[in-house]
Amino acid sequence: MRHILGIFPLDHKATRRQTTIPPLMTSPASELTVSARGLSRHYGKHAAVRGLDLEVRQGEVLGLLGPNGAGKTTTMQMLTGNLAPSAGEILICGIDLLEQPVSAKAKIGYLPETPPLYRELNVAEYLRLAARLHRIPRSRCDSAVASAMERCGITDVAKKLIGSLSKGYQQRVGIAQAIVHEPDLIILDEPTVGLDPNQILDIRALIRELGRAHSVILSTHILTEVEAVCDRVQILHHGEMVFSNTIAGLREFQRGRTVTISLHRPPPIETLRRIEGVATVEDDGNGRFLIRFAPDCDPTANLVARAGAEDWGLNQLTPAQTSLEDVFVHLTRGGGAGETSGAAAVENKIAGKP
Amino acid sequence: MIFTIAAKELRALFSSPLAWLVLTVVQVILGYGFLKRLDDFLQIQSQLAQLASPPGVTELVAAPTYATAAAVLLFAVPVLGMRMIAEERRNQTMTLLLSAPVSMSEIVLGKFTGLMAFLLLIIILVLVMPLTLAPSTSLDTGLLATLTLALMLLAASFAAVSLYASSLTSQPMAAALISFGLLLAMLFMGETAGDSLRARGWQIPAAFAQIFSPLRNFEPLGKGMLDSYAIICPLLLITAFLILAIRRLDGRRLRG
Repeated sequence: MRHILGIFPLDHKATRRQTTIPPLMTSPASELTVSARGLSRHYGKHAAVRGLDLEVRQGEVLGLLGPNGAGKTTTMQMLTGNLAPSAGEILICGIDLLEQPVSAKAKIGYLPETPPLYRELNVAEYLRLAARLHRIPRSRCDSAVASAMERCGITDVAKKLIGSLSKGYQQRVGIAQAIVHEPDLIILDEPTVGLDPNQILDIRALIRELGRAHSVILSTHILTEVEAVCDRVQILHHGEMVFSNTIAGLREFQRGRTVTISLHRPPPIETLRRIEGVATVEDDGNGRFLIRFAPDCDPTANLVARAGAEDWGLNQLTPAQTSLEDVFVHLTRGGGAGETSGAAAVENKIAGKP
Repeated sequence: MIFTIAAKELRALFSSPLAWLVLTVVQVILGYGFLKRLDDFLQIQSQLAQLASPPGVTELVAAPTYATAAAVLLFAVPVLGMRMIAEERRNQTMTLLLSAPVSMSEIVLGKFTGLMAFLLLIIILVLVMPLTLAPSTSLDTGLLATLTLALMLLAASFAAVSLYASSLTSQPMAAALISFGLLLAMLFMGETAGDSLRARGWQIPAAFAQIFSPLRNFEPLGKGMLDSYAIICPLLLITAFLILAIRRLDGRRLRG
């Protein structure tokens, strides 16, 4: 988007400063819908989740991202009390989920990967059951069910058997089930998987709308989804959190880590590779090179100086257009940064701390 | 909350053809048995009249019908109970209950209550058959009451065992076989162990073995004898298996 001709003043130091304050650490505990500390889950010797910290504020949509098997579902199962963590504590609106599961669970609405639908019930009956299970008084059930159906756009199928609905509608019934009791926290595990593009847009709009009144945790591996609906994102990899920031912060993180330079008289590619702080160089054939920086390095000035001194005919230098995908790949494949960089290291990098 | 879950289970049972099929088969077997007994009774009635204190119609027709019902339940309950937890786990619908503000005990008790409500329907059908004779003869209501109580306790014992079996696996068919096997083993072993222990004069172990013998506890009540130990034993058995089922579900949450 931002193609800037000429030499781009690399101001990522300045932009980093904007994200210096980690978004959640300063907020008082009362505003937090979820606060999980040191969450771990082991299956035998295999650790599915290790030392995860997670916080969600009221009215915030948090995206949990990660490749398959990163521990997203395990995390969500622990947050909803379906799975006991091996270590760590979970507070839902200040209530300890492990100590007082019943009162904590009343504040959560959960849509698992496979919606827990009883195919032999019709939509209204099923939602009524869900409402009753969440201890909504009998007198208020009808209105709760009606409003959940309206918000999810399933009022016209209220009398149909769930088993006869299409997958998109079943998914909506699953979401309706999670919001029927007006929970403070809604946890949605891959809510748009297997839906057609129109349905995906509908569901995303719905999640956005839910995010205004409730806190939402959303897991997905679709990055555009995160960009479209989330306020904040946490990336999991091998059961550990490798990234946690706002969406804007996520974009900043990648900007300035890659530049495209255009040279009239390019030197051999090896020369570019040997410049200190350059991790990889890709040649696209027209005298343009995509240069990735090594972690914590900024070889731009060096690059420009060399280009001037050795007369490479530098005519363009732009921060490469990066997407969340690049960040994701970078973090989860350790592209340059190395897999050893834990959550803290990444957060510090974003925050501009040493 | 228990009743919400029980109502849901009952509805699930009635929306499957299996439950209707079981009801039909059970009723055909019991109806045939009842009519056959009644027919036999009418044929020997004149001979019975010559006895000093002849056994009545309740003893000769109703009691054997209840005994048949007990045997039929041994097959029917595992089939009815197999889906309770196993199928929810297979269809991954258990999450709805586990994520709701409901305790494990409420889930298990709700499911047990639902299954019992269905079994009570079968028991009522059994009870109605002898009751149809009431206008034309005098029934032994005391015996009929203990027979019904005995059948209820037996059905509840079977239900608790099959609920536990259903919590062991995610395959309903396997759950049915496990509970059928468990019940058969308990019937035979409880019986023989109780008898041989008592023959050696070991009263306390024998009394303990009686807990695991649902049919042994059925006998005294079936004869119209209100034996308190025969009532306590099935209650202990039911409690034990329900606790096992609760622990089993809790264990899945802990171990994953």
